[in-house]
Amino acid sequence: MTSWFTDKPQDLRRFRVLTGGQAVAEALRQIDPDVFPVYPITPQTPIIEAFAQCVADGRSHARILTAESEHSAMSAAVGAALAGARAMTATASQGLAYMIEIVYLAASLRAPVVIAVGNRALSGPINIHGDHSDGMLARDSGVVQVYVTTAQEAYDWMVMGVRLAEHGEVLLPVMVGLDGFTLTHSAEPVEILADAAVQEFVGPYAYPYPLLSEVAGTYGAFAMPEHYFEIKRQQIAALERAEAVLPAITRSFAKLCGRQYAPLEGYCMEDAERAMVIMGSQRGTAQEAVDKLRERGQKVGVVTVRLFRPFPRRDLAEQLRAVQAIAVFDRASTPGSFPPLYLDTRAAVRTPRVDSVIYGLGGRDLTPDDIVAVFDRLKRPAVDADPIFYAGSDEIEQER
Amino acid sequence: MISIRWHGRGGQGAKTAAHLMAVAFLKNGRYPLAFPEYGPERTGAPITAYTRADSHPIRLRSAIQVPDLVVVLDPSLLGEVPVADGIPAGGWLIVNRPAGTAPAGFDGTLWNLAGDQIAREAGARFANTVFIGALAGLIGEPDLTHLREAVDEVMGRLAREVFAASWRALEVGFGLGAERGVHRVIS
Repeated sequence: MTSWFTDKPQDLRRFRVLTGGQAVAEALRQIDPDVFPVYPITPQTPIIEAFAQCVADGRSHARILTAESEHSAMSAAVGAALAGARAMTATASQGLAYMIEIVYLAASLRAPVVIAVGNRALSGPINIHGDHSDGMLARDSGVVQVYVTTAQEAYDWMVMGVRLAEHGEVLLPVMVGLDGFTLTHSAEPVEILADAAVQEFVGPYAYPYPLLSEVAGTYGAFAMPEHYFEIKRQQIAALERAEAVLPAITRSFAKLCGRQYAPLEGYCMEDAERAMVIMGSQRGTAQEAVDKLRERGQKVGVVTVRLFRPFPRRDLAEQLRAVQAIAVFDRASTPGSFPPLYLDTRAAVRTPRVDSVIYGLGGRDLTPDDIVAVFDRLKRPAVDADPIFYAGSDEIEQER
Repeated sequence: MISIRWHGRGGQGAKTAAHLMAVAFLKNGRYPLAFPEYGPERTGAPITAYTRADSHPIRLRSAIQVPDLVVVLDPSLLGEVPVADGIPAGGWLIVNRPAGTAPAGFDGTLWNLAGDQIAREAGARFANTVFIGALAGLIGEPDLTHLREAVDEVMGRLAREVFAASWRALEVGFGLGAERGVHRVIS
């Protein structure tokens, strides 16, 4: 029988086909947290369905607490983490919105809870699809935020996230964001490490002053103006340190599997004159568009930001140093101002031309052609009157 | 790269078919990507699912606009959803029905495949496995061994009778696809 493929199949047995949700669940099974308080919400459900199955099958000793809300789920996770148990959870969209009060508390109480977020639009109108507006709601909460680009990265960053969250210099929640549906529900090849390798990598949970230890302590104390400011500054400094301790963690992870991560990644940036900055699952689509333009002799490149909080501003400035024009792609909006990734990029670089592009709200598709159109736009003089370009929507508005 | 688009209604197994095809492609030595595109996420609502397979890792994440093959699990979608959109001259539109005409302006190959009837005769509740088999037969990959492993993996928790019926339906589909298999080169 003749195949439509012309080349020979390869040996890909090291991979399994998993959705991003299943890949996160595999990481959870191997990390084997003590407590997993959770409330279900689309598109986080594939994570908790698969993980609950593992627990039911006796493949994880985790205690799943089925809370009556995300607010309670996060509260239980904070309590467990401070008591001395490794606690993890997962949520999305309205669920993250509902738990946000406790997310701020988790950061200020220095509870190293790793949270998987299936990034989804916020209501309204109600919508179940992917964008980053839920994550941006937690932008200033003081948690570490990572936005991954593949199911493999979702798995890898859950594992690395535990080390980062629990690092003695950090002790903060880590939020691993994977785009709703585009990653949570997309099936692709994922390499899963040996259980023992993951367990050795994350090590035992060793919170320095757990509530259940012999040493008495106070958590969640009241702070008057003479203390609040300095405590806040300690928390800010801890988040900044996450960037400093990350390279040692990514290096030791690379030793396990050969996959070496950095806070951000440049593609075709060596001689790029025009560049785009993006986060999340559309990195690959952007790289396809860059390849297409490179074939036409255009010097373009793309920088993908993985670590969003703390923001790797020095690394980004270095990547974009020689670029003449930049387009920053945000999958969230800041009505009345510019969106988050744009503002952070603007603050990091001295490039005169930085355009803001909003794309993919509520799951709107982003095509390589949409990206090519933005690169074309960067060649033309800037239009001050209309500073934000809505990729995949402006065309529709203009037809009206 | 091979691009397959699935049209169905919530509950007909379009998402499972896209996923299963991806599992089988990996076992066959190709890099797959499968993803669903839900409407309002309820039984009976139209859903689209996609499978891509290639000789190298797939980066492109946008919806498939130019599919090599389109499967329509529910023929009533033909009047509701532009199922034939983007199918090039060499592409295929495979519709779950005994007979019917191609949509206006369509210049690919139409294949009316009575999947429901085949599934019923095989004792299977859903026709999706018939079409998985038909696609694999038509493309020439994945082979039956890898399809069998994929069905085992994805439907492993189903009762044995259900599994056996699904498998019978898949095999019939595969045979019919292989009969129509064409020499075609995908770059």
